This record gives sequence, structure tokens and C-alpha cells, in this order.
Amino acid sequence: MRSCDGHAALRPGVRHARALCRQAAWCVLPARVLLVLTSHKGIQMYESDGSIMVYWHALDATEHPTAQAVFARGIAAASGRFICVGLSSGLVLVFDIPPKGTNVTVSEVLAEHSAAVTDIAAELGHDGAGDLVSADDSGALCVWSSGEEFALQRGGPGGAGIPCSCSSVKLWNGILAAGYGNGQIRLYEAASGALRARVDAHARWIYALDVAPATGKLLSGAEDSFVHVWQLGRSPDTGDIEVGPGAPGAARGGRPCACCSGAARPQIEHCHAECVPDTQVCGARFCDARGASFAVTGYDLAEIVRYSRA
Amino acid sequence: MFNKKFMEELFKPQDLYSKKALRTVYDRLAHASIMRLNQASMDKLYDLMTMAFKYQVLLCPRPKDILLVTFNHLDAIRDFVRDAPSILNQVDETFRQLIEVYTPLSAGEFQLIRQTLLLFFQDMHIRVSIFLKDKVQNSNGRFVLPISGPVPWGTEIPGLIRMFNHNGDEVKRTKFTTDGNYVMPQREGSFDLYGDRVLKLGTNMYSVSRPVETHMAGSSKSLASHEKENIAPNPLAKEEMNFLARLIGGLEVKEAGGNETGFRLNLFTTDEEEEHAALAGAHESPYAVISIAASQEPARQQELARILGELEVAEPRAGSAAKGDDLLALMDAL
Repeated sequence: MRSCDGHAALRPGVRHARALCRQAAWCVLPARVLLVLTSHKGIQMYESDGSIMVYWHALDATEHPTAQAVFARGIAAASGRFICVGLSSGLVLVFDIPPKGTNVTVSEVLAEHSAAVTDIAAELGHDGAGDLVSADDSGALCVWSSGEEFALQRGGPGGAGIPCSCSSVKLWNGILAAGYGNGQIRLYEAASGALRARVDAHARWIYALDVAPATGKLLSGAEDSFVHVWQLGRSPDTGDIEVGPGAPGAARGGRPCACCSGAARPQIEHCHAECVPDTQVCGARFCDARGASFAVTGYDLAEIVRYSRA
Repeated sequence: MFNKKFMEELFKPQDLYSKKALRTVYDRLAHASIMRLNQASMDKLYDLMTMAFKYQVLLCPRPKDILLVTFNHLDAIRDFVRDAPSILNQVDETFRQLIEVYTPLSAGEFQLIRQTLLLFFQDMHIRVSIFLKDKVQNSNGRFVLPISGPVPWGTEIPGLIRMFNHNGDEVKRTKFTTDGNYVMPQREGSFDLYGDRVLKLGTNMYSVSRPVETHMAGSSKSLASHEKENIAPNPLAKEEMNFLARLIGGLEVKEAGGNETGFRLNLFTTDEEEEHAALAGAHESPYAVISIAASQEPARQQELARILGELEVAEPRAGSAAKGDDLLALMDAL
């Protein structure tokens, strides 16, 4: 399975060398593409075709109390030469990836989450302000600015009323989409952390979100056997009755950098629902940048099912 | 089984058992009873157990509900031993430990436990007749996932989009439709020592009038209604008890000329089905009737007589009762 942003994740269920594989993703950096696998043993980075293991980062179980499960989960490429990976301890490791060769180093450790990291997402081409988001099991989200030094921009937006574990996050055009264990999808402004939409989307645990960067289509897959396609966007703001310090007029006249102004209101629309019968969906990705087709897999399913628009 | 030492061992943090290890533990547990199974029957019983448990873990509405499944198991066990105070104490102690260790866990941690358990069951697609009959399993061995019924506690029925302005005020609502036909749950299952678990997964799947996933109205107190079905005296119980008595040599067997003296455990619906299954390739899944080795070696009988002696309780019994009732009463008194 290949996806256009080169970041295909097949969530839990794959056995790899007697390790419990939690996630696999292709990380696309300008200089190279790496295949990253996380498990309860550690983090593996391969050349994109899986031929050569470039780097192995072992997780030391003995450092942790025995009752605690140890694993790595959440993978994202950020700021040109970094790959971020989340840990069950709540730490986020930032790896500095050389243009070639195996000299991968841990350049930074981000300690902000107090629960196990569930997912990490970055928005390509949005380097700088709020281009990286990490989520954890308590439902907290952290927005980071990537770069030579990663800076926490906002911890746990929407702090109150977080329903439960945030299992999946995605960033698009400054909109932060988060999928939760109780079937909700929430949209936040990545820059301000303001909650802009709450969707009762699924009847069970949401496992996967994906976004088509060219069109802003959002894909969600959950244990209720449904896959939904949504359209993200920003309203032209004509219907926005409130006039706050955000000054919508100024933003409209100025540069349309919506993520910074926060003036154009994030929108979400339901486009399509697909039931994958008797399948607890645990992985779902778009197959192209426009989101015209997507691929889905589920627990106990040895197949990847691909759907495309007729 | 609920022995303090054994439980302490179980509650120690540990890796998931290998398939082989679990099978060994299961064999030992099964054979700790009076049941003696041959290899084929044991295989079948094990398959039945694994698939039933896989179903329960897979169908849990929320990850946390795997705890309610366990509580349903323990509720049933507690009902079996309600007249044996010492075992009852052990079961209650297990309950307390489960509550203490597991109720503080977050949804994410429960999901991790659930995923780990499901990993164990991955690629097991053994067909189980009761599941096929109830249409909860497909002929390919995969379970049917309902897209109707109550949503998990804490989840809204899918179909509503709410939008907010940057002051956090709701400015717009839109609806969407799906093929799902969900309803709101009436209440959350009880995570207390006693209480209505609401969830039916993990209750007796052979109880005749299996209650539907939705539940009776009103604030029913503590034990759920399904357990009441078990309270009616079971006509088989007497014969089982007689059989136990024969096994341990305490009761003379009256050979009534008939060829069938004991009772048979049949995991199939009818004898014909069983015979048919026995003929159909024993290779894929070795179907067989559980045969119980009821040997009556006199040497063993002495030892068993001693065990039977230990079962005696210093409680006067009505001497007039039939032999079977007698033994039942004895077991009740334990």
C-alpha cells in the first residue's frame, strides 16, 4: 500500500520478529524516504523498500516499573530532517536523520505528555508555527513548532471535557483533526487550540484518521466497521455572525493564511459512509493526494480493501 | 482455582501466555474436576472456550467493558459456590483485587489489554455451532459485528456535527445519516462487587432464553435476571451427582440390562449431527464425544472412600431422602 504523502500506517496486529508491532509508516523527508516500525521492543528505521535497516532504537523495559507496558507509537516526519516517535512513557523522541547513511541521532526528547503517546502528525510545508501535533491516552494534545529546536506551542487544547483517549490526529491547513475512543472527531485551530467542531462520527473506538493534503478530505475508520469520508474546509466567513478581536475583515483583506489569522471558520461536512461488513477497522489511508481512493484493513483481516470513486 | 497463592501469581504483571502455555493451564484446570477428556474432546472444548472468549473480547462495546465480561464470569462462579462460604470468600477476594487493580485504568490502557488479548486470538476462525445458529458467526468463522443496538456508554449516536465560533458558542448543527441503527444505552454496567453488569457478554451462552443485548426496564436490584434461570432445579443434576458418586465408588451401580449407564456430554445439537461430524474428516477439527473414563479400580476406591469421608459434614440429614438427593444435599452443605 502506497499513499501519496508517503505515510502509510497499518495499525496494531502485525507480528514482526516476535515483537508486537504497533505502527508502521513511511516518513518522507526531502532527502530520503524511511520506513519506520514501532513495537514494544523498540523503533526500527529501514530504507523505504525495507531492504536495509538503517537504525535501531531499543526500548529498555527495565527502566520502567514492571506493571507498565513499554512500546513506541506515533510516527511523523517534521521540518525536513527530523522523525518524531512517541513512547508509552509519554516522551516524544526527535531523531535527526542524515541525508544518507546510518548516523541517526536522538536530537531532542520532548517531555510534555503524562500518558502514553497515541499518535503524532505533522503538516508538511507548514514549518514553524504549530506544524506538529502529538496526542496521548488521556486525550491531551500538544502542538509543537518544529525546527532546530522544538518548542511547545500549546499543551492540551480544549482541556476541559476531553472525552477519553485521543487515538488519532491529523493536521491540514492549520486545522487539527482528532479522533477519540468514544467515536468523536473534534476539529481545533492548531494555532489557538480553540474547539471549532465536534462530530458524533462513530459508534465505537476510532482507530485511524487520514487527510488528503490536496483537497482537505478527511478519512476516519473505527471499530464500528464504518469508514467515513469528510470534507474539511474554511468557511468564507460570511455567515460568521460573531465579530471578535479576530477581526474577520482584516483577515479577508490581508493574506489568506488561515492558520494564523483564525478568522475563516473551520468547516466539516460529511461526504460518504462505507460499511466494511464485520470488520473492526484498524487502519485506513487515502491512496492519493486528492483523496479519490482509500484503502482499509481491520483486525483479523489478512486483506487490504481499496475503495475508489467510480 | 481461587486459592490465594494462585491468585497472587495471576495478578503479577506478566507477558501474554503462549498458546502452548495457555493450553497446558487449561488442560490442568479442566482435569482438576471429575471430567476426564480424551485428546480430541479436549481439543474441541478448548476451541469452544477460545472462540467464546474471543467473541466476548471482540464484541466489547468499550475497551473497559472487558472488565464487565470478567465480572459476568465471576458472578456466575459466585452463584455456583454461594453455599460454600470459604470459596465464596476467595471469589469475593478475587473480585476486590480485580476492582482495585483494574478500575483505575484509563480507556487507552484497557484498549491495550484488549488489543493484546485479540492478538492472541488472531487468525483463529473455528466455527462454533451455537454461534452459527445464533447468526453471530459467519460460515467463514468471522464474527458478525452488529451495526445497531446501544452505543457504548459515553458515546453519542453517530449523525450530528456541531460547529463552534472562536468564543466556543455553538453556531451551526448539521446532520448526516449512516446505515447504522443505534440507540442510547440505558445505563452503565456496575463495576462494583455486586450489581447489574448490563452487558450480557460473558454470561451463560447456553441459558435457554438468552436475553437480548437490550435489557429490562426498571431498577432491577443486584443480580440480573438471566441468573434466575439457573435457580430452577436441574433434573440432570441428580444424575450427575449419581455419576459422581459412582466415579468415586460410593454408590452401587445397578446394571439395569441397558447398555448406557452414565450420561454423555455432547457438544453437538443432535446425535445425528455428531455422528455426521465424526465421519466428516477428523483431520480439520477432530470432533468427538467427550468420553469420561469411569474406571472402578478397587485400589483407587479406597483412596476415594477417604476423600468421600472428608466430604462428610457433621450435619444431620433426613435419612429418608433418595440417594441422589442425599448427595446433592451433601454438596450443597459444603
